[in-house]
Parts: sequence; C-alpha cells; structure tokens
Amino acid sequence: MARITVTVNGKSHTSDVEDRTLLVHYLREQLSLTGTHIGCDTSQCGACVVVVDGQSVKSCTTLAARCDHAHVTTIEGLAQEGNLHPLQEGFWECHGLQCGFCTPGMIMSAYDLLQQNPNPSDDEVRHGLEGNLCRCTGYHNIVRAVQYAAAKMRGEEVSAPNV
Amino acid sequence: MTSETTTPMIGRAIKRREDPKLITGQGNFLDDVKLNGMTHAAVLRSPYAHARILSIDTQKAAALPGVVAVFVGKDLLDVNPLPCAWPAGGFKNNMNTPRAMAVDVVRFVGEAVAVVIAEDRFIARDAIDLIDVDYEPLAVVVDPEKATQPGAPQLHENAPNNVVVEWSAGNREGTNRAVASADVVVKERIINQRLMATPMETRGSIARYESSTNEFTLWTSSQAPHVMRLLLTAFVFGIPETKLRVIAPNVGGGFGQKIFVYPDMVFCMWISRKIGRPVKFVEDRSENFKSSTHGRDHVTDVELSGTRDGHITGLRVKTYAGLGAYLSTIAPGVATTLYGRIITGVYKIPNVSIDVIATYTNTAMVDAYRGAGRPEASYLIERIVDRFAAELGMDPAEVRRRNFIPPTEFPYDNGLGLLPYDSGNYAPALDKALANVGYADLRKEQATLRAQGRYLGIGISSYVEICGVAPTAWANGQGWGAGLWESANVRIHLTGQVVVTTGSLPHGQGVETTFAQIVADELGVPYDSVLIEHSDTAGTPFGYGTYGSRSLAVGGTAMVKSARKIKEKAKRLAAHLLEANPEDMIFADGKISVKGSPDKSKTFGEIALYASVGASMPDGEEPFLDETTYYDPPNCTFPFGTHISVVEVFPDTGAVEVKRYVAVDDVGNIINPRIVHGQLHGGIAQGMAQALFENAVYDDNGQLLAGTLMDYAIPNAGMLPDFEISHTVTPSPVNPLGVKGAGEAGTIGSAQCIMNAVIDALSPFGVRHMQMPATPEKIWHATRG
Ligand code: FES
Ligand code: FES
Repeated sequence: MARITVTVNGKSHTSDVEDRTLLVHYLREQLSLTGTHIGCDTSQCGACVVVVDGQSVKSCTTLAARCDHAHVTTIEGLAQEGNLHPLQEGFWECHGLQCGFCTPGMIMSAYDLLQQNPNPSDDEVRHGLEGNLCRCTGYHNIVRAVQYAAAKMRGEEVSAPNV
Repeated sequence: MTSETTTPMIGRAIKRREDPKLITGQGNFLDDVKLNGMTHAAVLRSPYAHARILSIDTQKAAALPGVVAVFVGKDLLDVNPLPCAWPAGGFKNNMNTPRAMAVDVVRFVGEAVAVVIAEDRFIARDAIDLIDVDYEPLAVVVDPEKATQPGAPQLHENAPNNVVVEWSAGNREGTNRAVASADVVVKERIINQRLMATPMETRGSIARYESSTNEFTLWTSSQAPHVMRLLLTAFVFGIPETKLRVIAPNVGGGFGQKIFVYPDMVFCMWISRKIGRPVKFVEDRSENFKSSTHGRDHVTDVELSGTRDGHITGLRVKTYAGLGAYLSTIAPGVATTLYGRIITGVYKIPNVSIDVIATYTNTAMVDAYRGAGRPEASYLIERIVDRFAAELGMDPAEVRRRNFIPPTEFPYDNGLGLLPYDSGNYAPALDKALANVGYADLRKEQATLRAQGRYLGIGISSYVEICGVAPTAWANGQGWGAGLWESANVRIHLTGQVVVTTGSLPHGQGVETTFAQIVADELGVPYDSVLIEHSDTAGTPFGYGTYGSRSLAVGGTAMVKSARKIKEKAKRLAAHLLEANPEDMIFADGKISVKGSPDKSKTFGEIALYASVGASMPDGEEPFLDETTYYDPPNCTFPFGTHISVVEVFPDTGAVEVKRYVAVDDVGNIINPRIVHGQLHGGIAQGMAQALFENAVYDDNGQLLAGTLMDYAIPNAGMLPDFEISHTVTPSPVNPLGVKGAGEAGTIGSAQCIMNAVIDALSPFGVRHMQMPATPEKIWHATRG
C-alpha cells in the first residue's frame, strides 16, 4: 500500500493504493473517471492514454504509486468551462469517431502530438498516433480531425472537409 | 414543434448526435457500469485444445480472502447449453453448442473451466491461479479440411468425421459439363484465413437478480439485446421471457462478434441468482481473442471455366468451412446461405455448383464477422476472375465488364436459391472507378516502372453483397430459426416531441443521427425534436438488432412506416377539426391543410396537442399519436461497387505500400454522406487488414499463436492510406427509402482489391496467386522464385 497525492484534472486527491494498482484502474475504479478505457493487456491499443505532467502515457502501464505529486489530465479534463477542446471539436466535426471507445485515448495522444508539433503533415499525424488503435474509422477521419484541431489551435479558420 | 418549413435532413452530412458524450469521456460502456454490492468474476480457461477434465480442485482458491465463491461446469448442469439459432439446410442430429463452462471435456484453448467470484477483479484473478485442474490431453485437429479425413481426432460423438453439415447449391451436372468442355479452365486453392473481429471494447456481462420478483437484469455489450433475452430465457434458463431485462450500454464496436449469446451471459446470470449479488465479468483482450467468436476460416478449391474471348461459362467450388469446437449462434448459416448463394458475385455465370462442408475443429467458435460469408464469396470470385484474366492475357477490367449481369436483367436471379438481386448497374461503377484512379495512365506508368525494376500493382474488385436479409419466410426456409423483421414505434408527446423506439441499436453506425434525419423529414418536424431510444428491452418493442447492414433498410423503413401511419391519423384528426374530408387533407411543411384552401390548416403541433389531450376525439378514434410497425421486407438489398487499389511492392524487403485506394460504392440512396463514408472507410480498413496483416493462426496443438495485440496485427494509422470514396446511386426498389446498406460493403469489396494489386505487382515473378495475408516474408520469397 502507498499513499499518493495526485492532481487529476485540476483537483487534488489523496488516496491509498495497492503497490500493484495501475494508474488506469486508479482513475477508473477509485476516482470513477471512466472516460479512460482499457482495450488490451499488452500496452498496444492506447485506449488508456492520459497526460501525466505534460506527456501522454499509457495508464495501463503506469503504476498509480509512481504518480505521487503528478498532474494528470484525462479526457474528462480537456474541455474548459464547457468549451470543447479543439481536438474534441475536430473529432466531432470530422466524424473522427464511430463507437467512441478508442476516442479518449486517441484524443489524449493527439494532444501530446500537437504540443510537440503544432503543424504536422498527415504522415506525421499517422505516425504520431501509431500507439493508438481504432477498429472503426480506418483512421482517415482521425487524421482530418487532428488537422482540424491543429489548424484551429494555430488560430486559423477551419471547417470540416466536405464529403 | 414548429410549423415553419424545415430544411430537409435526408442527404445532409450533419455531424452525429451520439458524439458529445463520447468525446468528453461521458460514454457509458459495460466496464463503466457499477452496481451496489457488485462482485467480480474471473474465468479459468483451458490451456489445452482438447482434453478430458479428470478433476478440478478449487479449495485453495475458495479459501483466498475476498473470494466469494468458485463454480465449475458441473454446478451449472441445471441450465441448458447455448442455442444455435441458424441450423442451416441439411442438418443431421449433430448440433453441438457450448455450455457456460466445460463439464467433462474441453475442446478449444480458452474454453471456460471454472469461475471465481470475488470482491474485486484483482482478487478474482489471483484466485484462478490457485485452482488445480488435472487434464488428460487428447489429439487435436485445427484445420477444417483435415478434420474430415480418416483418422482425424473426433470432437463430438454425434458428428462423424467432424462434419457439421454438407451443403450444396447450383447445378452440378451442367457445371461439370461446362468445365470439362471449356477452352480455358483456371483452378486455385484459395484460403480465406481465420480472423478476429477485435472490437476495441472487449465483451462482457453484468447480471443482477432480484429474489423478490425472480427477475434478472443483464447488461451486456450486445448488438441484439432482444434476441439475447429470448435465447437466454426460453432456451437456456427455461424461464418466462419477462423475467429478464437486457440492456446494452454504449457498445465499443461489434463487427458481428457481439451479436451472439455467450457463456459469460449465462454464468453471470446463474451466479447472481445463486449468491444474491450482482456479478460482473469483462474479458481482457487475450480472453476476447481466445474465447469470443472468430470469422472466416475457409479452405476452398475453385475452378472457373470460360472462352478465349473472356466469357465465363462455369464455376465449381468446394469449400471446407471451420466453425470451431461448437456451433455459435448463427454460424452454420454464415458458411452456407450467406456465402454459397452469392458466390457468382456480379457476374452472369450459366453453370455454377458449390459444395460447402462445415466442420468442427479444436478452435474458438467461428461466426459472423463484418460481412459474414459475403467477403469470403467476393474474395473467391474476384480472385479467380482475375486469375482468368491473367490466363487470357486480357485486361481484368474488360473481363469483368464482359461478364457483368446486364442492367436490363434486374431483378436478377442467380439460380443459387437467393431471392433476386434487387437492382444494379455495375458498369457505371466500374467506369467511374477506372476514371477516378486514372486507369489507362496507371497501366502506362506500371510498364515504365517495371522497366526500371519497380513493381507497381493495380487491383480491381467489383462486388455485390446482401444486406437486410429478409423476408422472414425466406430466411426460415434457409433454416433461420427466428424473424428478420424490425420494429419501430413513433409517438408524438403532448409537447410535440417525437419519441422513436427501435429494436436496432447503434454501436458506431450513427443510426441515432440517421434515424432522426429520416423521421424529421417524414413528419416535417425539426430534427432536434426527434429522440431515438434503443438498446433496452424494457423500453423498446421486440426487434432483431443491428447486424448484416440491416438497421437502415429494415429498421429505418419500420420507422418511416410508423411515421406515415401517424400522418394518416393526423390528417383524420385535422379533417375533423376543420370540418373537411380526410381525403382532402394535405400534409406539408409541418402543416396539415385542406386541399385548395391553404388558410384552412392546423400545425402538426396543434394536432399533437389535441390528440394527446384527447378531449373531443372523432368517433372511433383513440387519443394520442402512437404507432408501431413490425416491418418484414419483401427482399434483401444488394449494394455493389468497384474498388481499385494501387500498390507498390519492394522486392528487397517484401514490403507493400498501398499508394491509392479508390472506391465507388453504390449503397442506394444516402441519408448521411459523412456517416456512410465513415462506414466505408472502416470497412475497407478491415478488408485491407485481412489482405496484408491479420491472421488468427493456431498451431497444430491448437494454441492460438496470435493471442494478443502484439501478435494479431490490426492496423494502426501508419499502416493505412487515405481512402478516395465516391458513389453511383441505384435506389433499392425494396424499401421506400431506396437504401441498400453500407456497414459491410467496404469490407466485402476490399480484401481481394488489395490482393489482386499485390499479385499484379508480382506477376513479373510468375506469381499467379498468394494466400492472405501478403506479409513481407511471403512477398520476399515470392520475388526470389
Ligand atoms: S489498455 Fe491497451 S494500451 Fe493501455
Ligand atoms: S471509434 Fe471505435 S475503435 Fe475507434
């Protein structure tokens, strides 16, 4: 058992966690933040991606005990004051999701990607998201969604591509 | 409800109403559901593909602190095995379906042997490691053809040679004659490898039992909650259907795998009743791979005969279809009706004969996976037609064109026991695809590059498929054990809000949006005033669910019909209020007016209010606008199209790069183009993945080698290209919307499109066929003879 203090989506939590508790289980079971999903048991799918201290991590591969004093952002913390984050808006506008199961992790990975590269090529978006699997979309519209958000975050006029 | 003219919603690429909760983390998937007092199940699964269970010792597991109980197969003998609902034609008395847990013998790796119930999922996991099982291993067979050979290990006493069913269609003598007398015959052994659906959300169940009322509630990630309710109550538990409510929360992808009834549904229900507490079970990924249903697994010998000028004269097919260790819910029908009856694809072929031998093997159950039978059929015909074109040295586009069913012959009966193809016009889709890809120039480029030692391949696939399988009477003739109609109830509440309930349910298809677009237009009301409810057997009329691209063609039509009944009643009520003749009333722009005197009118909202209050109804009319339809279509629909891909193969590494993917799909009328494109993208991605990456391999001992996402290569974003999608539109005459269906078309068109391109690229090396997936290793070897 370890006692940790973690700031999640701007709110501080002090909790006792088992040594083996994974961050994803801590978020989902102890904090009831179920927007972060579990899609595999081998660190492949990225459904569980959250941002810890500014970097995207697979929360299924991170021990909760290691996150003492960390700042964690999950999908639930992305919209600010009721305004969707440009990535959330982009996924909605561009039909970047179908079942929506991969979407939280996909958006959190894209968030990190755009922090590092605000003006990515389509190819850079595709390669930047290789750690996130989506079975529904074929990724075509996910690339559009991330580019929509990138343009918006650069302050450009944006609209969803025509179909 | 307003009376202003509303802009038509049908045909608009509006964004989806499903999305706001999903992009903010507010979705409610199965694993997100928590109940008071809930316990957690973990399953001990067989490590052997075939073994006798000699003993199971659960004492240590039961003693672990936090463990509530441990159960084994023998404990659940008071409930029946799972039912198979589609014992397709020619069944003998050899139906073997799984129990919730194995009792004496395990028949595939991953079959449930024991279940631990604990206070949390981690303790339950710890405890399964403490169970000791003594197995006596038995001989194993995993190949669907080898399973039928003399001396093969036998899975079930009542199924000699492991045969489930021997099924055939067509004209054997005529085909034998056509093949024997043909100018040209091409033959090939074509394998359609086993695949795993891999929805990103795995499957699972949560069951709660109320002892005071003897009622169960089951939350399960399902594509067909009403069907689950029926099968679990009437067939497995032998209790009244009304004693079970099934709820599908948000479903994280299905692709067929979530249509079926599964052991976890049964043991969660049974155990929740036994221990008086809710039980939750959610698969992890490797359990999903090992024990939820797989797809495809065909081994086929095919011969196609034709003339030197490219006319096909005969097609002879023999397929071994592996169905796994037991029969899943609709497995036999997938391998027979949904495959064999559409084996001719888009071509007019005078002589066809097909045999399917479906077999038991020591593998996970095989059932419908996106496309279900039709991808296997379209892969087979499109590969062998390409092989025929190569043999003749003729352009594959031209061979296709020469053999297309002419547009004048629709409705077209292919002679294989299907209902006639509803409508089609195949050449324009081919022409458009050729134009979009720039075919003539590409062939020149290919020749130029070849001279430089670069290997470009161009692959064509023209496909047709079957959506919205119906009518029920026809399906029953195919052995289908239930209905294939769909329900929709439309109610207009006092405030003018429209509430629609349906037995269809979305798990990515966006049908809440699409359905609301349809109903808004039909009733002339604002889109936002239409609410679509689904996925809970307590709140929706019985319906058969979402699969086989049926939601729009069947469920959507049920909705249109209910809305039209509502309009008829609204007209009668308006006529009464306006003292006019009901026949003289016209319904337009949210208003009902008297023909010839537009100022004499009532808004739809006024009629809704009047009907809801019901104070002065005309004689014989009931209050309220509330209509239900159970719609059983007269036929299936048959979407079609042509896909063309351009690949480059690199002999040094064996790598394949997909440079272009052009699809022209005719899915009939389109309600929401953005959603249809999304469905096609995802469908194409799955077919492409079969061609290049995925293979659910078992070794000879029945171990699933592709048992994790490290070994089973579903593609990531870097592995796929952009898709260039366009359409031709040939409305279906089957339903009033003129829609055909788009959920599976992409998958049905794409695997052979990529393989034809890869094989075209490799043709300078003498390659005429290659089995999927076209991995770098296979290609590297192929380029070295
Ligand atoms: S759950 Fe799949 S990578 Fe974390
Ligand atoms: S939207 Fe379903 S897995 Fe990505």
